[in-house]
Amino acid sequence: MSGADIISLTAAQAAAAISAGELSPGELFDAYRARAAADELNCFTWVADDGSDAAPSATEDWVPPGPGPSRGASPLKGVPLAVKDLFCTEGVPSQSGSRILEGYLPPYTATAVARLAQAGAPLLGKTNQDEFAMGSSTENSAFGPVRNPWDPERVPGGSSGGSAAAVAAGLTPWALGTDTGGSIRQPAALCGIVGLKPTYGAVSRYGMIAFASSLDQAGPLTRDVTDAALMLRHMVGQDPCDATSLAYPGEIALPSAERLDGVRLGVPVELTGEGIAAGVLASFQAALARARELGADVREVALPHAPHALSAYYVLAPAEASSNLARFDGVRYGARAAGASDLADMYTRTRHDGFGAEVRRRIMLGTYALSSGYYDAYYGRAQRVRTLIAADFHEAFGEVDFIVTPTAPTVAFHLGEKTQDPWSMYLNDYCTVPMSLAGIPAISIPCGLSEGLPVGLQIAGPVFSESALLDAAFALEQALGFDGSPPRSGAGGGTND
Amino acid sequence: MIDRDEVLHVARLARLSLSDAEVESMAVELSAVLDHIAKIGELDLGDVAPTAHVVEATGGLRPDEPRASLPREVALAQAPAVSSDGFLVPSPQA
Repeated sequence: MSGADIISLTAAQAAAAISAGELSPGELFDAYRARAAADELNCFTWVADDGSDAAPSATEDWVPPGPGPSRGASPLKGVPLAVKDLFCTEGVPSQSGSRILEGYLPPYTATAVARLAQAGAPLLGKTNQDEFAMGSSTENSAFGPVRNPWDPERVPGGSSGGSAAAVAAGLTPWALGTDTGGSIRQPAALCGIVGLKPTYGAVSRYGMIAFASSLDQAGPLTRDVTDAALMLRHMVGQDPCDATSLAYPGEIALPSAERLDGVRLGVPVELTGEGIAAGVLASFQAALARARELGADVREVALPHAPHALSAYYVLAPAEASSNLARFDGVRYGARAAGASDLADMYTRTRHDGFGAEVRRRIMLGTYALSSGYYDAYYGRAQRVRTLIAADFHEAFGEVDFIVTPTAPTVAFHLGEKTQDPWSMYLNDYCTVPMSLAGIPAISIPCGLSEGLPVGLQIAGPVFSESALLDAAFALEQALGFDGSPPRSGAGGGTND
Repeated sequence: MIDRDEVLHVARLARLSLSDAEVESMAVELSAVLDHIAKIGELDLGDVAPTAHVVEATGGLRPDEPRASLPREVALAQAPAVSSDGFLVPSPQA
């Protein structure tokens, strides 16, 4: 099989080719290792040296004894995996895009990564991200911004921008990301690929360097819906090392639906009007028309508190972050500022020098929201708004099966365009944050182009509805026939036609 | 909305040193973000219970059985400074 043929395969197709004896795992790994090593988009912060020792060990004492796939069974056949930097990988740099963790080599591997390795997906590389997953453009990385393979002058979205861009550019068959308020779905949308945020608790958070623990969730970034199902199937399940992880009811099914007959799709007026770019809305409406042709019942639905989700999120997530990031103090791991006069001075200087501007801003915002005198006005109120948002979804799912929105308000924007005004950057998450606060699963699939750039369609369902969600996404994906090929990055540029 | 003194107070709570210029810009940026967040103040939330976790998780505790922990040398391996068998830090009273 030629290099170009190998790269053209989805993960599921590559696994099938290996099963059929048409391709060896070594050939596949080498083809992607060469591409990842020649990455010109800054997607990777680390690339495996060779295939032989790339899979993180899954048998050490410290690895969770969770019910992962049995060793030996290798359903993923050696299809290599790119992993967001914030997942701890034993002996492999895990820096969460931060100077304060530069060169950090964890002593254990995250459960999600270990399970995928056990299922036969070796580690190809670690992908660049916004520092501690705080951002929507991957411009907040201490290791430089990631560029969008559709247009290198534009951002790939964030915070899982390295994972999304690497998948879109064909530098990896698929990638692992995390989503706190949209960090899988929005970059998937901006890069023209598929991204799924599972139900909160479906996937163990053990070994993920924490941002906001009540929201963080790992999920797949893939070229198509089938690959997303295949990866998720090997990630879910309860983990003794994460007390918030849940036993997943049943197995994630591979999608096969061709029609959407009788499927009720709810369009929330609150997330499909003001603030969404005209070209994005046009693409979204065209996708809804296709859904109707497939038999879907598309109707309006109300999420009356959704417009307040972003405000609540930007209290809750920074509050949790300010607590989680207290651990970075220059004592046990990571960087330490030199020349401190005493212990407190060492803490404050290490944290100033080690954290980037956006992380400092969110720590300050979160600390403020939790501080005496402001706790009730900010954190307490935001928690109550969260209740209302979750109740809105609960009510809506009494009327419809899924909720559909554009994933992001705009297509990929230029580097530097939104870095001066934090709130303009935060608005990227307008359509994705409500689902995060409600803990429900949501997928983004590419639904067309606007200005020559990909537009994402978000489909959200009730807790644990992933298999049905993937089926609906699959039917739409087949009908939309999106050509997922960006102009080839690293091949001297090109045009999108 | 948030002034220089408040920024310095919060930075102290967060164990974060900021230069004078950073204090100024932080006050402006935080105020702008808080202006947007303040919209949740318009909602009537009197009877609404707070939500800390959306998905009900029970029985998430493993059996309390002793097992191997991280070996000391592994735990110390990534530290910026160690002394014999512990983490080395500057004196609190230096």
